[in-house]
Amino acid sequence: MSLKVENLKVAYRTLRGDVRAVDGVSFSIQDGEIMGLAGESGCGKSTLGNSLVYMEGRMKHLDGTVELDGQRLPIGDNRAMNHYRLRDVSIIPQYAMSALNPTRKIGRMAADLLKSRGVAYSEVREEFERRIELVGLPANVLGMYPFELSGGMRQRATMVISTLLNPSLLIGDEVTSALDVSTQRAVGEMLMEFRDLHFVKSMIVITHDLSVLAQIADSILVMYAGKLAEKADASTIVNKPLHPYTQLLLASLPEVGLRYDQASLVGIPGRPPSLLNPPTGCRFRDRCPFAFARCAEEPPFIELRPGHQVACWKAAQDNGTVASQAKTEEAPV
Amino acid sequence: MTMLEIRDLTKIYRSGTFGGELKPALRSVGFDIDKGEVVSLIGQSGSGKSTLGKVILCLTPASAGSVKFEGTEVESLGKAELRDYYRHVQGVFQDPFSSYNPLYKADRVFEMIRNVYFKDLGKDQWNAKIDAALESVSLNPADVLNKFPHQLSGGQQQRLLIARALLLEVKLLVADEIISMLDASTRVDVLNLLVELKRKGLGILFITHDLSLGNYISDRTVILREGAIVEMGGTQRVFGNPQHPYTKSLLSAVPQLHKKWNGHGVEARTVAAAAGLEPSAVAADSEARSEQLAAGESKRYSKGPLHPSGVPATHSYSRPGASGSRPSLMEGGGPAWHRRRFPGAPKMAAVTAAARAPQRVEYEQDHFVAVGD
Repeated sequence: MSLKVENLKVAYRTLRGDVRAVDGVSFSIQDGEIMGLAGESGCGKSTLGNSLVYMEGRMKHLDGTVELDGQRLPIGDNRAMNHYRLRDVSIIPQYAMSALNPTRKIGRMAADLLKSRGVAYSEVREEFERRIELVGLPANVLGMYPFELSGGMRQRATMVISTLLNPSLLIGDEVTSALDVSTQRAVGEMLMEFRDLHFVKSMIVITHDLSVLAQIADSILVMYAGKLAEKADASTIVNKPLHPYTQLLLASLPEVGLRYDQASLVGIPGRPPSLLNPPTGCRFRDRCPFAFARCAEEPPFIELRPGHQVACWKAAQDNGTVASQAKTEEAPV
Repeated sequence: MTMLEIRDLTKIYRSGTFGGELKPALRSVGFDIDKGEVVSLIGQSGSGKSTLGKVILCLTPASAGSVKFEGTEVESLGKAELRDYYRHVQGVFQDPFSSYNPLYKADRVFEMIRNVYFKDLGKDQWNAKIDAALESVSLNPADVLNKFPHQLSGGQQQRLLIARALLLEVKLLVADEIISMLDASTRVDVLNLLVELKRKGLGILFITHDLSLGNYISDRTVILREGAIVEMGGTQRVFGNPQHPYTKSLLSAVPQLHKKWNGHGVEARTVAAAAGLEPSAVAADSEARSEQLAAGESKRYSKGPLHPSGVPATHSYSRPGASGSRPSLMEGGGPAWHRRRFPGAPKMAAVTAAARAPQRVEYEQDHFVAVGD
């Protein structure tokens, strides 16, 4: 078991109180698994990803544990985390294209980074150049400044630097979002290749675009308003989603070849609730077309089918396998 | 009737330390937009899509060629005429948040329209007009008026900007990547809004890098690569039966839910099926023409995977015109308006040399493909 997250709660401190962006999240990732993390903006996806690597000053670890390869990560302690960063957990940040230091050449920047981890650049340099060429960049980018590279090239350089020390877990935050389709495909395929070459053991890919995840992810976790909505392997999520939120997310994606006069797509009305004072019960209730009385209670995140976990009363009812603890308190509708 | 007519439009940017290098952003681009027609302009980053939008909106002068709106040359418009032009032609851009001044309330964008165009309108009439515009973008006035930009969601902001354009008698909307910053769930609403506006007779230039969105909404498609049109025509013709290798490679890279990226390149037939076309019909006489086209194709396209080692071929292109012998700046002249508006503009001869565009062949009716590029 590569990564195990138990009941993780992370909040942002604001003047008006704590914003619980990640509120009681539990999941695990196997070795060699690419897990996609999907949801709209403001659902806590990036917060979850960032909290596994680096807690900003305004972020606060409230509760929960993170275990990586049997070791417990001190995610609340920024200094202690330094030991694990880049070596065990690493991140390709959102807007990775602008994540590079503009005043440093790529090679120099990597050298600085490695030095801070106590690794000599000369030891890694050969491998670094090999990987730079592997992703299709000329080896001389090491002597270039970020502004000399195109967006896609910068993205790839960032990916190579992030994975240089073969971390166990890599978090890719919106790695494909700002790219055009052919670069998107190249980056997506590279992520899979990195896993296959054992540069990284497992990966969390954060995006709002489910169609990219359908291409590269093994399993998909859908988040809504700081909570987990649904988790299953990628083909199940795409073909047989149980949570209404996932269904609506999928319905809003245009497929190639679809035209407005053939079928009209529908969006999800409304927007995610504010997490400063989140609503009680199911948080998707206000936007959900299937909401009923039971939804005023908070649905448990339970396994309805083998390997398919959902937090929804409607789905639980339809699938008839309501977990035993929920069964006892089943109320008439 | 042709509303917007673009002919041989060329735009050259200067680059390099002393601006001595010429970088063609548009090379002899030409197409039309009719009333009530949605034309999607598709291309990768750096292909000149946004430059074209800017030239149409008169935000930057063209180096050569013409843009005619309802028969009038856009470049020749004076200040007052330009104001009238903006009454009919408006733009909405990628990042809605940066279109607002964060210090002012969002509906200030309406007031600015009023100050320029509707000075004489009474308060009641004006408010009725705003309500009507908001209604047509399906926004509830109470939700969006009197709020600061940060209190609105991205979709609301974007729809507010479209409503602003609708206050005028807008006939053409230049929509530059207007939904790429939005969530999948909200972008559909904006897309459907555009469809509705199109049905009411609005012409739209829909600039995007997302092929599935372009296909969803547009009647005609123009595919741009390095500033030149590689393929254009009816959307179903272009997507149903792509001829240029670049179009094919773009189509094969689109992530889809129920089909994995496989191999390299895409079979036209499966896409044709997806587009609801009869594959046999389009494939009937296409083979002979494909050969004819292939003869003129450059080697870098003829064979080989999209990306030999995980990289699309696009980054290794030599830029035609920019390489080789650099055109001299001392020769030639150029029209008077051109020199007046852009004193440092490259001279005409240099422009024509740098902007050599590929030849276009009519592959079938309403479907053009570039050869020899």
